[in-house]
Amino acid sequence: MERRIGVYVCHCGSNIAGTVDVEKVTEFAKGLDSVVVARNYKYVCSDPGQNLIKEDIKQLGLNRVVVASCSPLMHEPTFRRACLDAGLNPYLFEMANIREHCSWVHEDSAMATEKAKALVSAAVRRVYYHEPLETKEVPFNSNVLVVGGGIAGIQAALEIADSQHQVYLVERDPSIGGHMAMFDKTFPTLDCAACILTPKMTTVGQHPYIRLMSYSEVEDVSGYIGNFKVKIKRKARYVDEAKCTGCGRCEELCPINVLSEFEHGIGKRKAIYKPFAQAVPNKVVIDPQNCSHLKGLKGGKDVCRLCQKGMEKKGIPGCEAGAIDFGQEDKTVEVEVGSIIVATGFQQFDPSVMYPYGYGRYDNVITGLQFERMSNASGPTRGEVLLADGRKPESIAILHCVGSRDENYHRYCSRVCCMYSLKYSHLLREKVPQASVYQLYIDMRCPGSGYEEFYERLQEEGVNFVRGRAGEVTNIAEKPEEEGKLMVVCEDTLVRRKRRIPVDMVILSCALEPRADAERVARIFSLGRKADGFFMEKHPKLDPVATMTDGVFIVGCCQGPKDIPDTVAQASAAAARALAMISTGKVEIEAAIAVVNEELCSGCKTCVPLCPYSAISFDEEKKVSRINEALCKGCGTCVAACPSGAITGRHFTTEQIVAEIEGLLV
Amino acid sequence: MKYYAYYPGCSAEATGAGLGVSALAIAKPLDMELIELEDWTCCGTTAYGSLDESEAIVVAARNLALAEKTGLHLVTPCSNCFLTLSKANERLKEQPKLMAQVNEALAVANLEYHGSVRVRHLTEVLVKDIGLEVISTKVKRPLNGLKVAPYYGCQLVRPDYGFDDPEFPHSLDRLVESFGATVVPFPLKSHCCGGSLIISEEDLALDLMRKLLANAVGNGAECIVTPCPLCQTNLDAYRGRVNSKFKTNYDLPVLFVTQLMGVAFGIDGKDLGLKTNIVPAGKVLANYI
Amino acid sequence: MEKTRASTFLEEVGTMPGGKGVRLCIQCGTCTASCPSATRWEYTPSGVIAMVRAGMRDEVLSSSSMWHCLSCYFCTVRCPRGVKPTELFHVLEGLASQHGYKARGTRTPAMYSSFVKSIKGNGRVHEFGMMLRYYLKTNPLAALTMLPVGLKLFSHKRLSFLPKKIKGREDLSKIIQKFREVRDKS
Repeated sequence: MERRIGVYVCHCGSNIAGTVDVEKVTEFAKGLDSVVVARNYKYVCSDPGQNLIKEDIKQLGLNRVVVASCSPLMHEPTFRRACLDAGLNPYLFEMANIREHCSWVHEDSAMATEKAKALVSAAVRRVYYHEPLETKEVPFNSNVLVVGGGIAGIQAALEIADSQHQVYLVERDPSIGGHMAMFDKTFPTLDCAACILTPKMTTVGQHPYIRLMSYSEVEDVSGYIGNFKVKIKRKARYVDEAKCTGCGRCEELCPINVLSEFEHGIGKRKAIYKPFAQAVPNKVVIDPQNCSHLKGLKGGKDVCRLCQKGMEKKGIPGCEAGAIDFGQEDKTVEVEVGSIIVATGFQQFDPSVMYPYGYGRYDNVITGLQFERMSNASGPTRGEVLLADGRKPESIAILHCVGSRDENYHRYCSRVCCMYSLKYSHLLREKVPQASVYQLYIDMRCPGSGYEEFYERLQEEGVNFVRGRAGEVTNIAEKPEEEGKLMVVCEDTLVRRKRRIPVDMVILSCALEPRADAERVARIFSLGRKADGFFMEKHPKLDPVATMTDGVFIVGCCQGPKDIPDTVAQASAAAARALAMISTGKVEIEAAIAVVNEELCSGCKTCVPLCPYSAISFDEEKKVSRINEALCKGCGTCVAACPSGAITGRHFTTEQIVAEIEGLLV
Repeated sequence: MKYYAYYPGCSAEATGAGLGVSALAIAKPLDMELIELEDWTCCGTTAYGSLDESEAIVVAARNLALAEKTGLHLVTPCSNCFLTLSKANERLKEQPKLMAQVNEALAVANLEYHGSVRVRHLTEVLVKDIGLEVISTKVKRPLNGLKVAPYYGCQLVRPDYGFDDPEFPHSLDRLVESFGATVVPFPLKSHCCGGSLIISEEDLALDLMRKLLANAVGNGAECIVTPCPLCQTNLDAYRGRVNSKFKTNYDLPVLFVTQLMGVAFGIDGKDLGLKTNIVPAGKVLANYI
Repeated sequence: MEKTRASTFLEEVGTMPGGKGVRLCIQCGTCTASCPSATRWEYTPSGVIAMVRAGMRDEVLSSSSMWHCLSCYFCTVRCPRGVKPTELFHVLEGLASQHGYKARGTRTPAMYSSFVKSIKGNGRVHEFGMMLRYYLKTNPLAALTMLPVGLKLFSHKRLSFLPKKIKGREDLSKIIQKFREVRDKS
């Protein structure tokens, strides 16, 4: 059939026209084979620009369109839609990138114009061989998987569940709540974290549309957007969740005391425990590393079991619900969902690697989260601020930027530390009013609503702000009055003097960093990671919750450090995206994928293990390979590998590619 | 037999005489052949670099060129020489233009440098190449009960060469332990002694030295051991000045690590330059000599 | 030294190999906090960097501040921005001495000069000769108070009256001479 090609060269303001002579390129295009019309316009992607194309399609009967402008990643969907609107199959369209590949990377105008001509020629020759393709639709499973039960996961889960769609909420720890459950008060309003969080936690625990799988981890995800299959490992609690009432008798009976993870090492828990009093689910769990009975079983011994048996002599019965089950095993559960929201959060930077700050060497140097637990009324010190030896501190220093803004650890700023440091100062002024409080900062970053005002409030509360990053913390005294104290050595840069500030306690405002197993999690969910280690969003400005894997979203601190308001906003954003897809009920599958010609297929199975998306299966009966259209991303690996040439990459046929190359060379 | 191009450094023949002598003495039992670089000149030290950054590099480069001819690693017992030569080496490799200029200059003495030399400190060679296991087998007089504060000084571990932790190193501790001695905790082990500024800023250097001595003695040290000739000279030869300024009477001896190693190997004190130590070491080492 | 056509002091310093970190400083003060001699600097280490960026060339180059640097590198190891302050201060020392600035309140430049003269004259540092020249030039009376230390070093065979003039010293002079020619041409 006669090809009638239209070519549209974009100025893109001065982005392209500033370097490439768009008039010359247009003239050149007019002279190419089968080109019926060639135009140039300031912004082809705009309404009038698109209308040019649409009008020409209708009036001039164009059956192929080339736009020479920016990267297809920017506007291929835009122009494909324009073609579709005008009645032309969107795959009969090709883009020549004369911006990112030409005007933006070259300075020599003459040579850039020649290159642009070559790129246009290539696109024109290629589009000649384009065939119309149809996209397919597959149904969209309305179930949603939320991974991580911190505030991000909780918010996302509630929003979706309130729309009456099934949510599977998987949380690794025995209780949901995440880091927020550990906090004391939250900035800048000084709401008690537990007071605003626990109602949501309870709702999650009771919601008819949320199936909460706590103490569980996602092991494997397969499938594609709208149709994911997820394997979840439900770790053995050694306690029957259905029977446990959360009464806590077993905790009283257990003789084993170990450091509590929730208390960040400043408090203890039993081997059978609830991580904290308001845990959801309100059930205990047995720690197999420390439970004497479980350890004894390995050696064939039957010891302890006080939680189960009770203490007869003292007349204290064991678990009256009969919930203890030492024979319990890990279980695997499979669920099917249409979308996944990853909300796995962060971990606190471990400052023991920063030798000069003395964490781990001096008892009274503690991290931010340790201070949260100390200050918290339900923490190990009942909310009192105490030194390791039980005394009240007379002076405390809070050090900003520990592990952040530091090329030796993390270059980025952790965004919330200035604010939570101010919060700590406030709590200290409240709890130990006679103590001197010092905050050592480089800059004060208070951008949110009410944040700068909070800083002003703390200045009024009499906190000593010192503009200088601490160089070291030392207990080696240089003067008699320094004996028995910790000296924080810094430069007060505002008065340009070195200072040695004697304090009793040092709180390190540590960085928020990606979790240690981020690599493994990224692989399970096909997530990219940024240079700083956090999961990669699709676009940092315009698409911060989506990822390059369609149907998988990232929210909260796993995407980057942020405060609670931003976390909640992102969670709602991802929930909205999931619900949008659920409401259409279907998802479109890209048409430019690979297809097997079963007559040519020799059944050699070379392609099957090569596919990075596991999209190829082998039909043992017919002895041919088959490609799952929804999983295939059109990467072309199988196309190249097939020794029989049986696989075609739609929209990337040999004919099309050779034509493109010829166009460049001629 | 391990061969090295040996660069003693100017102090090793003068204020660091003890180091120069003992380094050669311990090399023999460890099968190390320290072949002195022929006609080496001063590395330049910090002083030259402070007055003329690039000229200082060409001064260092002459020695690198001489070492390159031997094809061996360039080993020096002096921390400052190690720092100066390493830095010059790095700069030359990073800046081809400078390398070309330097080579033009070296050509008048029929020398050239291509950037292939590896500059190493004697302590690193002992710990990495020879190894603590081998060293402990050569110990004939284990220094059991001797309480030692291992003093690294700054330039052995900073800037970070990847040899040891720049804030709180431990290789010298392990080395001293391999002689059978007891290493005492010494938090200031890599803090500065004042270096060459003992001459022009004596007050400052004496302050720093006093802190070091107080820290070592306060943790129970009977002697200090160090690899660096500047540190040893400061803490040893200027001890009287510290004591008179602060009205203290610190009397613990400061030995070069190669001297202590030599004592542990059973080598005669004469061959270790023990007589050059100004704060006498005789009493402390009496049980082992 | 290369002739710079820098229009600002910041450019002048920032284009020298040891000075390129000067643009990265966020004035956190860690360098000062870590510096063993900081309390004796006329302007603190990070203060000097701020002054370089503010173009205060005369104040910085005539200051005794950077001459107190011990080259202990604590600042370099702890700086969160990779400024490498030690190298930067050595660059400032070099600029000061090459442009004829006499720093008030420090004798370190004179000591370094004596070192370098000794190296050029003998090929190696003759410690006794160097110290003698330094004291005579800066503070002859102090030479007397240093006598006990000097005598101790002599008697323990750690100092020699006469320098060891090595063969290589002539080569060294030629090399330095040629290097200066090559450098000034570029």
